[in-house]
Parts: sequence; C-alpha cells; structure tokens
Amino acid sequence: MSVIKVEDLHKSFGDLEVLSGIDEEIKQGEVVVVIGPSGSGKSTFLRCLNRLEEITAGKVWIDEEQINSLEVDINKIRQETGMVFQHFNLFPHKNVLENITLAPVKVKGVEPKQAEKIAYDLLDKVGLRDKASSYPQQLSGGQKQRIAIARALAMQPKVMLFDEPTSALDPEMVGDVLEVMKALAEEGMTMVVVTHEMGFAREVGDRVLFMDQGLIVEVGPPEQIFGNPQQERTQEFLAKIL
Amino acid sequence: MIVDKITVLRQAFPYLLQGAGMTIRLTFFAVMIGIAIGTILGLARVSRNKLFKGLAKAYIEFFRGTPLLIQLFLLYYGLPNLGIDIQSHVAAILGLGLNSGAYVGEIVRSGINAIDTGQMEAARSLGMSYPQAMKYVILPQAIKQVVPPLGNEFIALLKDSSLVSVIAVRDLTRQGRLIISRTYESFLIFTAVAALYFVMTFIMTRLVNYAERRLNVGD
Ligand SMILES: Nc1ncnc2c1ncn2[C@@H]1O[C@H](COP(=O)(O)OP(=O)(O)OP(=O)(O)O)[C@@H](O)[C@H]1O
Ligand SMILES: [Mg+2]
Repeated sequence: MSVIKVEDLHKSFGDLEVLSGIDEEIKQGEVVVVIGPSGSGKSTFLRCLNRLEEITAGKVWIDEEQINSLEVDINKIRQETGMVFQHFNLFPHKNVLENITLAPVKVKGVEPKQAEKIAYDLLDKVGLRDKASSYPQQLSGGQKQRIAIARALAMQPKVMLFDEPTSALDPEMVGDVLEVMKALAEEGMTMVVVTHEMGFAREVGDRVLFMDQGLIVEVGPPEQIFGNPQQERTQEFLAKIL
Repeated sequence: MIVDKITVLRQAFPYLLQGAGMTIRLTFFAVMIGIAIGTILGLARVSRNKLFKGLAKAYIEFFRGTPLLIQLFLLYYGLPNLGIDIQSHVAAILGLGLNSGAYVGEIVRSGINAIDTGQMEAARSLGMSYPQAMKYVILPQAIKQVVPPLGNEFIALLKDSSLVSVIAVRDLTRQGRLIISRTYESFLIFTAVAALYFVMTFIMTRLVNYAERRLNVGD
C-alpha cells in the first residue's frame, strides 16, 4: 500500500512552472531521499505533499485520501504529515516542552498531562530531556532541529517530510540530527528527505529521486543512483557534488 | 502678588484635576475601542480575503486622511442633523477611538508582518487552522513588536484628546479655559494644564516601558 501517491503533479508560481508533471508512489515505511540542483523544485515538491503550496494541477493522495480535493480537511491531513524545516521554525515564545505539546493539546485535544508525557518520551528519543524548560534561543542549531523533529512527531504523523534539515547547521551538529532521523527510519517511519547528505542517502535511503527542472529525472536504489546512474544529467550532477 | 497666584492656583486645582480625570477616562475608553478596532483592521489587512482587506484599507485611509477635529464635528454636530442624538463625551470617546483604531490597525498589521513566515508555516504544518496559528503562534509574538509603537500611539491620543474641549467636553483643556475666562490668568493656568498633561504622559511612558520589559522576559 502506498502512503503517498502523486499523479502528474504540476506547480506554477505565476508564469513560472516549477513542477512539470511528477509521478511517484511511496510505500509504508519507505525512506525516499530527494536530491537535485538548486532551484530544481525539491522544496516545492515536498511542500505540495502537505499543501503548504497549493497544487496547480494533478493529484496527491496521503494515506488514500486525495489532499487536493475540495472536500478534504487539510488541517486533518497535515496532522498526519509532519514537516521539518531547514530553519527549524521553533516557536520562540514557547519553551521546548510547550513547543512540543502546543499542537497536540490545541489541535488534537490531547490532555495536557498526557501531551507532556508524550513530549518527555520524545525528548528522551532525541536526547534532550534536560532541555524541556529551555527556550529555543538558548539551544544550538542541532538541538533546535532535534526539538523540531520531536515537535512534529508529537502529532503522531504517518509520514515525515524533511526539507534540508541539516543545511543550516554547523558541521559538528549534523551527525546528531542524522542519528535521530536514522533511528526514526529504523522504527519504520515513512520519510521523504530533501538533503545534500549523500552519506545519509546511501545508508538510510531506500530509494533516491533525482530531480532537475521540475521533473524526476531518475529514480532508483542508492547503489544504482550513486554507483551507476543511467541519465546524463544525474551523472553530471553527481560529478559536481561528490 | 505671589500670594494671589497661589490662591488662584489652589482654587483652580480641584477643577483641573476633575478635567484631568475626564481626560484619563476619555483616553482609556478610546484606547479600548482603538485596540478592538485596530486588531480587527490589522487582521483583515493581512488576511487573504480581498473584501476584508479592501474595507480595512478604506477605513484606515479615511481616518488617517481627514482631521480628527472634523471627525469630532461630524459625530457631535453631524449626527444630530441626521436625527441621531449623541452626548458630547460619547462623541468624544467614539471620535478618538475610531480615529485611533486606524493607526492601531497599521501597527498591528506591521507587527504581524514582522513575524517570519516560517512561523505560520510551522504552525499550519502541525495541523493548526489559520485562526489557531494566529492565536497561539503569530499574535503572541506580534505583541512584542506592537507594544512600543502602540504606547506612542496612546500617548499621542492622550494629547490629541485636548481637541474634544471644542465639543463641550469638560476635559483638562476645557476646564483650564473655563477658569481662565473667570480669572484671566492665562499663563498660570495653561502652565498648570501643561504640567498635568506632562504628568499623565510621563506616567503612561513608564507604564509602556514596564509592559515592554514584562514582555521581554523569557528572551
Ligand atoms: N513562493 C515562490 N514564488 C515564486 N517562485 C518560487 C517560490 N518558491 C519557489 N520558487 C521558485 O521555484 C523554483 C524551485 O524552487 P525550490 O525552492 O522548490 O527549489 P529547490 O530544489 O528546493 O532549491 P534549493 O536546493 O535551492 O532549496 C525556483 O526557481 C524558485 O525561485
Ligand atoms: Mg529547497
């Protein structure tokens, strides 16, 4: 069963077509890594999966529900698709615990006590239990991103979307965040990850999508994409970054 | 000579204090109206609804583009002309409040716009509706941006409230003029009036600074 299904997805900003017909199916528990040059539409693709960008044409299903139909309650869909941003976007006026419990309490109606219990479990998972009462500005970038992951997980999503989660971090912080993501993948979370971390893609990815100019140019297991790319554009891109 | 002045001042003081009390009450209620209207206008200005946006813009442009004095005249002398009776202090509060709402609306709008768009996106990505995201994420942060200019706006409002003395409201300015019409002590009484306005704005400035400091706890 596919958790995410994308059919002929198009996205334009005004006259600029950024996604030109994407077809993709992602199965339960799969970790899909999206790579490609800057401006190729990776972020836009990811943001169409929870409709942070309105879909211009085509269809997207999350867990069998078409998210760009008129009847759909998008707020419900978004509860099932956690998103992690390059710049964390933690809520600066809330402490770590409140960042994590806010949405479960206000959106899902979880009892505050219960939400805190879930939050502490997640803080254990990302190794930051002792930061529960800190404010975001007191944390390092790597810590912020791990809290952002915990915040998304607190909604108990079926899918996690990551948009360059380590790009804004100092190199020594990257490992901690990737560890958390790897553990999540091992637990069977369905993940779509836009990243430049080729090591992560190789080690954790089940499939790699190479995007260029609004299209998926090549798809395959990491060994194939990195070891034996079929498309010329994939070869050129990898030659530049590896 | 000096003893005379002191006597005049002593006799005038209770009346001036009464006037100052009226000025404070007018300003307080006008601030309440201004905040209520300004918040609605600010939210309308940042919404995606074209109609709300347009109406809010028209409101703000009207009230910022015409003199407060004329707005007060319209309410106090204009409305009775249309068969709507209005008491002078009601006209004063309404005029000041409606006018201030326009300025507060712009302050609220820029306060909201100062918040990084990533905040709204993060909130929505967690499943919050637009109103929830506004209430729990955007507005609490915007308040910090808004308090300093809002404080300035309300201090300006307190001073502008002296205009209502021309529509027969017994505020500080009017009380001063009444006393002068009996004593002819223009310099003395206006100095006292100015001093009382100064004390009020001084206290207000302190209150605003205090609010600012309170809001910055946790940074
Ligand atoms: N809100 C927007 N309005 C207009 N154009 C946009 C908008 N967002 C993205 N674009 C354009 O869409 C194209 C694809 O952008 P996108 O952010 O999806 O690329 P990307 O592959 O994520 O790039 P990067 O690796 O630099 O993050 C770019 O040309 C970008 O300028
Ligand atoms: Mg991007």
